[in-house]
Amino acid sequence: MSGTFVGMPAFPTAAREALADTQLRRNLAHATRTIRDKRAAVVAEVEDWEELRVAGAAVKEAALRDLATHLETLEASLVAAGATVHWARDAAEACAIVASVAHTHGVDEVVKVKSMATAEIGLNEALEAEGIAAWETDLAELIVQLGDDLPSHILVPAIHRNRAEVREIFRRRMGDVGRPAPDDLTDEPAMLAGAARAHLREKFLRAKVAVSGANFAVADTGTLVVVESEGNGRMCLTLPDVLVSVVGIEKVVATWSDLDPMLRLLPRSSTGERMNPYTSTWSGVTPGDGPQEVHVVLLDNGRTRALADDVGRQALRCIRCSACLNVCPVYERVGGHAYGSVYPGPIGAILNPLLNGVADEQTASLPYASSLCGACFEVCPVRIDIPSVLVDQRAAVVDSHRGDRVPKPEAVAMKAAAWTFSSAKRLARAERASGLAGRVLGRFSRTTLPGGRAAAGRLPGPAAGWTGARDLPAPPTESFREWWDRTDGGRDGSAR
Amino acid sequence: MSARDEILGRVRSALSGVSPAVDLPPAPRAPDRGDLVALFVERVEDYRAVVTRCSPDDLGSVVAEVLGSASSVVPPGLGLDVAGSVVDDGLAAADLDRIDAVVTRARVGIAETGTLVLDHAPDQGRRAISLVPDLHVCIVDAAQVVADVPDAIALLDPARPTTWISGPSATSDIELDRVEGVHGPRTLHVVLVG
Ligand code: SF4
Repeated sequence: MSGTFVGMPAFPTAAREALADTQLRRNLAHATRTIRDKRAAVVAEVEDWEELRVAGAAVKEAALRDLATHLETLEASLVAAGATVHWARDAAEACAIVASVAHTHGVDEVVKVKSMATAEIGLNEALEAEGIAAWETDLAELIVQLGDDLPSHILVPAIHRNRAEVREIFRRRMGDVGRPAPDDLTDEPAMLAGAARAHLREKFLRAKVAVSGANFAVADTGTLVVVESEGNGRMCLTLPDVLVSVVGIEKVVATWSDLDPMLRLLPRSSTGERMNPYTSTWSGVTPGDGPQEVHVVLLDNGRTRALADDVGRQALRCIRCSACLNVCPVYERVGGHAYGSVYPGPIGAILNPLLNGVADEQTASLPYASSLCGACFEVCPVRIDIPSVLVDQRAAVVDSHRGDRVPKPEAVAMKAAAWTFSSAKRLARAERASGLAGRVLGRFSRTTLPGGRAAAGRLPGPAAGWTGARDLPAPPTESFREWWDRTDGGRDGSAR
Repeated sequence: MSARDEILGRVRSALSGVSPAVDLPPAPRAPDRGDLVALFVERVEDYRAVVTRCSPDDLGSVVAEVLGSASSVVPPGLGLDVAGSVVDDGLAAADLDRIDAVVTRARVGIAETGTLVLDHAPDQGRRAISLVPDLHVCIVDAAQVVADVPDAIALLDPARPTTWISGPSATSDIELDRVEGVHGPRTLHVVLVG
């Protein structure tokens, strides 16, 4: 079980395809630059930002180092507040719990708040297989879902789509699943958002069951916290009768007051705002207000594997702000799809191998998807030393191939990573990564599917998997640093 | 073995030999920013919310003026007469969807971030009433404004649901263009008393 997209080629191959897509690169460069600048401005406003980071890192680290105690406390607090607590070892178990709650209430649909954990476990696909439609209600997730697409960014999953594409998707698909887009729909963002409001309101008003994740889970009070912008989260957390929240066990903080550094760090790091429009907190059931049946699914799915890794444990501090994506020169060029996972970018490059191990080639290629420039560490609000974990995971990949006769990832991947920065022009035209969506099979059945190379072999055209990366053109004669200086990191357009 | 016991067992074995002791440095506090209420107003307005400041005596007329001809719902404990308003007695979401506006109080205002926090006491009402109508008129007393997030956390009761509101609902999901108003109230009008 994993959060990686089965059938995705390893990073170098997928990166090659993404680099060939100039529209995607332009969208990404614009988006990451915009968020980066906003973040820098609001972070500069906080005089003691560094102390705040230290405090935030300590809150999460303390929770992780005594996790069993905090989980037991959390369970007891939740039960005392009227919630039902479930435990799920893996994705399949978590999905089955959510499906059984939905079945108990006889519903054939649920509304969902954007949640990395539910994306990781492939909940939508699992519910669909059980005859239950899971409606994504975050605007970007709606765009991704209606477009039969894959998310490409933690925070703005549809960052790879421009407004004209969004309009097309809404016009073509909204009518199939509910209230159609208005006939005079233009590509004005305000009008597109209005269409989403009308389309989803119908669903919010009739939904009986909602599914959420949580940004934080407070052990001593049994409080869950959801941080959002649009109000779709509030709708899901408030209007339905039944709420199921899927919460990774690493989301725990010990006490209510621990929320202080976290709620100051997250919005500034994430959307570059002093505070996000809406944050909701709730502790179990509140009589007469909101869902009267509340379930919490505590999810492992590889987290205890990561917890056992002395170097990698810190990755579990991650609060999914996505700041590390926005500063990453590799991410800015190749986008989220190339990582083949719901967790892209620098954090994905360490989290996926930590959660899943490095047995399959797709995951094993991720620790190489970095230039080790260190920008991710600098912006991380909980001070995860991503470069050190990357290096350690590279060692894990190499170790896992000791004794292989054929030279394996390291040599090949180092070449490929350097190559990621090289020119896009010579690249063979390839199908854009987002087009792979239709061929991505249920993420759950991974054990029954051929992994890595064989799965990539299902793809047409040049996406030939890992072996394809060995025919890479020689690295450019110009070094990466020289190229970067000459072209301002490719931004000035003279990158060949 | 149950999933619970197995996960807790895995956690314990993953951490065997790891000391649970971590230094917890206190989170730093923002420096004194002077006039908190002025800062609050400035920061709320930064989110493109509207702020009207008035004296306690004028509150009724200011709220009436903000509402204009809009239909409205109020929580049972608002403590203010709003002419023509429906008092919430557990209205269905579909009924709330036909009402234009809601008037509530708040528990606390945070100056540093321009945030209003509702804890859904009787003067603020159920979470649904401040969510479904398209205009939220939120009354906050100047004395309720605190400096920063830690002050608000200290005042709030975690047993109650809370809703932190910083400006109107918004999205930047399409080409990062900020659009006010997706699913929550598209207009937030803060009436600051005192
Ligand atoms: S690793 Fe740090 S910067 Fe990256 S998403 Fe997680 S918390 Fe944010």
